[in-house]
Formats: sequence, structure tokens, C-alpha cells
Amino acid sequence: MPHWNPVPFAQQLLDLFAALLLLIVFAMLSQRRILTLIHLFALQGMILALSIADSAWLTHQPHLYYSAALTLGLKGVILPGLLRRLIGRLGVVWDVETLINIPTTMLLGIVLVIFAFNLALPIAHFSHTILRNTLGIALASVLLSFMMMITRNKAVPQVIGFLAMENGLFFAATSATYGMPMVVELGVALDVLVGMFIFGIFFFQIRDTFDSLDTRKMDHLGRD
Amino acid sequence: MSAWVWFFQLIQGVMALLLAPLLMGWMAYCRARFQHRRPSSLWQPLRQWIKLFHKEVVLAELASPLFRVTPYALFGILALTAGLVPMVLTDLPLSGAVDVIALAGLLSLARVILALAAMDVGTAFGSLGARREMLVAFLAEPALLMVIFASASLNASTSLSKMAATTLDRGFYLYPSLAFSGVAFLLVLLAENGRIPVDNPETHLELTMIHEAMILEYSGRHLALIEWANALKMLVYFSLGMVLFFPFGLSRGGSGWEIALSFIGFIIKLLIFGVALAILETVSAKQRLFRVPEYLGGAFLLAVLAILLHDLLGT
Repeated sequence: MPHWNPVPFAQQLLDLFAALLLLIVFAMLSQRRILTLIHLFALQGMILALSIADSAWLTHQPHLYYSAALTLGLKGVILPGLLRRLIGRLGVVWDVETLINIPTTMLLGIVLVIFAFNLALPIAHFSHTILRNTLGIALASVLLSFMMMITRNKAVPQVIGFLAMENGLFFAATSATYGMPMVVELGVALDVLVGMFIFGIFFFQIRDTFDSLDTRKMDHLGRD
Repeated sequence: MSAWVWFFQLIQGVMALLLAPLLMGWMAYCRARFQHRRPSSLWQPLRQWIKLFHKEVVLAELASPLFRVTPYALFGILALTAGLVPMVLTDLPLSGAVDVIALAGLLSLARVILALAAMDVGTAFGSLGARREMLVAFLAEPALLMVIFASASLNASTSLSKMAATTLDRGFYLYPSLAFSGVAFLLVLLAENGRIPVDNPETHLELTMIHEAMILEYSGRHLALIEWANALKMLVYFSLGMVLFFPFGLSRGGSGWEIALSFIGFIIKLLIFGVALAILETVSAKQRLFRVPEYLGGAFLLAVLAILLHDLLGT
């Protein structure tokens, strides 16, 4: 008989959401199409919002509800909408990107996950929040999004990787400390939104200068 | 008491033999419905096999005994595995004999025999199909084993009866690791049974076929036995998935009513599964063969993640 101690259903649900976040990052890592990538990003935002709302319910912290609503609005709806309009304007909706061998990326991803889990284990022992188990997952999704930024060579997926990394960090903040103060959260949300606008302008600049959104072409900046 | 239990073992074996063609018929029926075609009868696979049993067997001149023995061996192995997986009762006398890892071994034994037989006659299609089958198999097997390990570490046993009983004792519990390995298992199930993202069971298109290419040389009762074995494999995979991920409804013996209820539950699960699979096959397209490593690599990844998550989140 394995020993297991029953935990409340909300906690089980939270673990499930955390696992789903990790799964979505892996799906993003293996995705070639930009439009699907944006849909995955929207899904990630929604699950993040659900998990924050769940932890708000679990820990009776009403301010986390605002945080969840903010996440849902910004990362589940507004940012994906902006991104979709952007790629429509840029004409890269059906763009398919060539990646380095996907199975290799996946195996590297597993190594990263093991690394992150081991890294989070000692930290989790110091933490006394009930969400501490999910810290490893948050860390893993940050690292995986970072890897996604490195392995991509088009500008839009790199930005999506960046936003996904922000999602991971946000999740880490919620799981380690029950969320940041409201001012900080609002500030971060605004930063992300402004960042998104700047990225949007950058996309057009990059395309006008290099006739492509492929960032590898930026290597030849000085030669013309 | 013991005679009673063996009687149930026998009943389950017979039930599996009869349910397998009906499952195939049901899946074909659902698929036809979703694709707006007029469905054939549920009994169609069974009818077809009966027709095949009445036809004569045509053998190639160079066929070795292996080629002739294979259909019987295949059918025997899969009928045996169908008796090993708990379908209605958790505790069957035979299921103590073989744990889930040995079960995976039996399934791969069946596959190797079929691949050898396909290469035996020496036609181009046979060896082509066999090679493709082995490609799929060697990628799917580690993923299947990882799925099994994830469930086994959760239930602290590799015996299917014990795993089902532990899960039943625990009651309904959301495990992220189980969700992951469940998806991985579904991917493996589709690949191993030659369903749509990997192989299309309905065509004989030489560019894409895997399973059909292997059995192209078979005719008459041999063909019927192989197809029947294939249907049994589907049923075995389905009930394996049910035991690993959703054993609720399985009966632990007790009264006759409970067993009857469990049987009805099993049929309902089977029907739902058929509909789900038909939807999946209708909305997805067959992949190129060279995409299969990616697909099964994904399954492997999910299963490994399931084990890691089990370690991290624990119980």
C-alpha cells in the first residue's frame, strides 16, 4: 500500500493546473505554426488565471482574485488579440518556421525540467506556503520558455517565448509568496502591455530594414 | 469458490472474443456517421470474418511454416492477453500470473512474429510494412513502458489487479501525473493499433499503409484470424487504459448484481471510447511517416514528465 495523505480537491486542481502549464510550454516548444503558438499562449494565460483564482480560494486571499481577473483579461484576451492582429498585419499568419530537430529540443526540455525540479526542491523546503510544490513547475516553465526564445529564429515566436516566460515568473511569484502586492502586479501588467506595443513597432521596423522577421539576418547589420 | 473464479475467467475470455469485433464495428459505425456516410452494420466485421473462414487459403509457394503458423500464434497470444487484463472483475486467476510489464512483452512478441511472417514470403510490400511497423514499435514501446512505470509508481505495484484495487480504494483523485500519462497512453494506443495519425486502417495505399502491407499476402481463415487478433489488441489496449486510468466501475467480486453492473459499466465505457476515437479520427489527418518519431517522441516525453511530476508533487 503506498502511503498517501488526502488533500483538498482545490489543491489537487491546483497541481493539475500547474502540470497543464508545463504541458503547454512543451507544446509551444514543439509548435511550428505561429497562429497555433498564439492560441497556446492564450490558453496558458487562461490556465494561469484559473490557477491564481484557485489559490485565492484555497488560501482565502481576496486580492488574488483581482490578480486572476487581471491575468485573464491581459494575458488570456488582450495580448493574444494584439499578437493576432500583428501577425495579420505582418502577413505571417500561416508562417511555418523551421526549427532545430524537435525531438532533440524535447529531450533537452526534459533535462531542463529535471534540473529545475531538483533546484526547486531545497527552496520548497524553506517555504511554508501550501503551493510550494508548484515552484519547481514554475521554474521549469521559465527555463523552457527561455529555451524557446533561444531556439527560435523569427521575431514573433521569440516575443511569445518572452511573454510565456513572464507567465512562468508570475506563476512562480504566486506559488512562492501568495502573490505580490497589488501595485507591483499592476506595474508588471502595464509593463508587459507597453512592452507588447514596443515589440509591435519593432516588428515593423525589423521587417522594413531586413525584408524579413528572421533575426538571424541581423548578424549582417554592419556590412551593407 | 475457486471453480467459480475460473468460470469467470472463461466468461471474460469468451466475452472479449465476441466484444472485439463488435468494438471494431462500433468504431466503424461512429466514424461513418461523423463523416456523413451511411454506416454499415455493427456485425459487419464478424460477418466478414465468417465469410473469410469459408474461403480457401492461398499460400505462396515459398511460404515457410512460420508464415502458416503466425495467424494462430498471433490469435493465441492476443486471446491470452485479453484474458489477463481485468475487464469486469479486478481479480482474475490468470492476472496474477503476468504483470503489466510482461503484458507489454507479450504484445511485442505478437508484433515481432507478425513482422517476421510479413518478411517471410519476400514480397516488397511485406518487408516494407514490417520495417515500418518495427519503426513505430520501437518508438512506441519505451513510451508505453514509461506510462506503465508512472502508474506503477503511483500504485506501488505492477500487477494489474493490485493497481486497479489500489485506485479503487483511493477513490476519485486528480493526479497531474496520471493526466499526462493518460494522454501519452492515448498516443501510444493510436500508434500501436494503426489508427489515423500513424496508419489508416481503411486504405490500401502503398505509400502510407503499415499494417495492411504486412498482411497483404494472407487470405482466407488466416486473414480472418489476424484481423480478429488485431481487434482483440484494440480491446486489450482499451481495457489496459481503463485499468490504469479509470478503473471505477470494476467489480471486486461480490454479488452477481455487482458483477452485472460492472459488465454494463464496461460496455458503456467501450461505447464512449468508440465515439471518442471516431471523433479523434475524423478531425485529425494522417501524418507523414517521418513525422511519426516526433509524434511518439511526444508521447515518450509526456510519460517521462508524468513520472517527474509524480516525484515532485508526490502523494
